[in-house]
Amino acid sequence: MTDAASPLVATAPSPVAASPGYWAGVLRRLGREKVAIAAGVVILLIVLAAIFADFVAPTDPTKTSMLRRLRPIGSPGYLLGADELGRDMLSRLIFGARLSLFMGVVPVFVAFVLGSIIGISAGFFGGRYNTLVMRTVDVFYAFPSVLLAIALSGALGAGIANSILSLTIVFIPPIARIAESVTTQVRTMDYVDAARASGAGPFLIIRAQVLGNVIGPVFVYATSLISVAMILASGLSFLGLGAKPPTPEWGLMLNTLRTAIYIQPWVAVLPGAAIFITSIAFNLLSDGLRSAMEVKN
Amino acid sequence: MDTRATDQAPAAAILAKGDDRGGAATPLLAVSGLTKHFPIARGTVVRAVDGIDFEVRKGETLGIVGESGCGKSTTARLVMHLIAQDAGELLFDGELVDGQALPLKAYRRQAQMVFQDSYASLNPRMTIEASVAFGPQVHGLSRDDAIARARALLGKVGLEPARFAGRYPHELSGGQRQRVNIARALALNPRLVILDEAVSALDKSVEAQVLNLLLDLRQEFDLTYVFISHDLNVVRFMSDRVMVMYLGEIVEIGPVEALYARPKHPYTRALLAAMPSMDPDRRTEEAPLAGDPPNPINPPAGCRFHPRCPFAEALCATKPPALRDSEGAGHKAACHMAQPGSGHSRAPVAPETVA
Repeated sequence: MTDAASPLVATAPSPVAASPGYWAGVLRRLGREKVAIAAGVVILLIVLAAIFADFVAPTDPTKTSMLRRLRPIGSPGYLLGADELGRDMLSRLIFGARLSLFMGVVPVFVAFVLGSIIGISAGFFGGRYNTLVMRTVDVFYAFPSVLLAIALSGALGAGIANSILSLTIVFIPPIARIAESVTTQVRTMDYVDAARASGAGPFLIIRAQVLGNVIGPVFVYATSLISVAMILASGLSFLGLGAKPPTPEWGLMLNTLRTAIYIQPWVAVLPGAAIFITSIAFNLLSDGLRSAMEVKN
Repeated sequence: MDTRATDQAPAAAILAKGDDRGGAATPLLAVSGLTKHFPIARGTVVRAVDGIDFEVRKGETLGIVGESGCGKSTTARLVMHLIAQDAGELLFDGELVDGQALPLKAYRRQAQMVFQDSYASLNPRMTIEASVAFGPQVHGLSRDDAIARARALLGKVGLEPARFAGRYPHELSGGQRQRVNIARALALNPRLVILDEAVSALDKSVEAQVLNLLLDLRQEFDLTYVFISHDLNVVRFMSDRVMVMYLGEIVEIGPVEALYARPKHPYTRALLAAMPSMDPDRRTEEAPLAGDPPNPINPPAGCRFHPRCPFAEALCATKPPALRDSEGAGHKAACHMAQPGSGHSRAPVAPETVA
């Protein structure tokens, strides 16, 4: 009888080049997505400008000047005009990117982590646990996200921390639901059964076999929520529930410039344009990520 | 058999072949009263597998045939403990599976399965060597050892590791993927391999290659197969014994030549008559069986085959026939016509009444 097991195990690893990992492939494919790269460059520029705002911005974003209120775009010393208190718009937009990006990314990231845990566990274990979790999620899902964010923010009180908390709560249900539905599909695949048949426990199966197939679509979906989060955060600030004046924040700026819409419309829409460009860039990047994550390309 | 355990490498010890505890006479797998009813709505169940008993002997290949929905795949998943049985027990080499002597994880090292869908059974985001190496790592092999073993096994199933090890499932053909699945099933050095329609999705030429590979591997790794298929020709080619299922029950089981040459159950006869033949003179023009199998939610009383059986009598509608061996050659059939003294007009005359 041939000795089957031993020589197989004893064989030294053959000198095959280590196969490039999955994420290396994603990066390589992302390199072919020109629109996504452009969007990524835009986001990178905004992030860099926000981080190095102290060096990039021409002036102090809070320095007011009653004489120079509502200067048009292109005025000397005011490249993008001045707001209703004579503050330099360009500086305010650059400094405002800090808080706007922060309030866009942080709630989505926290919700991505928590929502994935909730959704994947509900999808994988199924049964009554799934029913309990997903019906609870549905309760939150029943409210329009804007309404829920406003209600939570209002109940928790104004402020940046409370806005972030309420936005996180708003984003957990949709992320959990996506994670649950993808996990439910993956769970029934034969490779999950094959992993069970090899003796692996549920947590190892989730980590090794399920996570990689679920996290991609959930991540792409979460990326697309960053723009929603930025708009919602701006909305909260607009309503006076988020950032407080004179802190530069795009939503708040849009609110205070609202009164000037007939006098200096081009200056008044600038914060809106900043929100629009940033959220579009995040959406395009997430689209590119989604196609780059398809192994079949 | 013990030569495997003498190897000093710890990696080899982890995946050493399970000892032959019960001896040659003990069946490798003994299934008794295995039952699975899937609830579909309040009070109604699909009787997918309804109290079946069978054995798989050491070193043999047991073929399981039957129409779609007869419970073949459910049986495979029950045997693999991928779904929980409602009743019945499994003895693996004389030891109760999931019991004190043989915990589930230890059993799973010794029994593996190859699934029908070669694509769905491989993680699309893992390279094939990672898929094959997963099981050994679960059982404590280091990553390097597991990868080395995976590459060696890929070589054994005809996929040159240097070319294929780092590929993803979608980069392979169906036949190549099924070879990977076979390598994965062998990665834990099991004693029993369940092949659930493992070649059914492959085209004929690839199917033949994979079948030959399976025969070679059975020899080399000293395996016992349960070979599930709806293809009677393939089952005949592969099997030592064949089990025919109908509506969640075993209707006939016996040595392959006896069963194909002298089928005792009218359902088996109908299946065999429906086999495609290369010889035009042997082709059947009419469907040997009318209609579809009855609904397994509410199977017919008595013999489950009686509504489609050309020889059904009043007895068949009331009394379920037992799976019994009338000749003592290990060829059992669950049909009143095969059992002396059953009361069916075509039953052989009972020896007592003759004497």
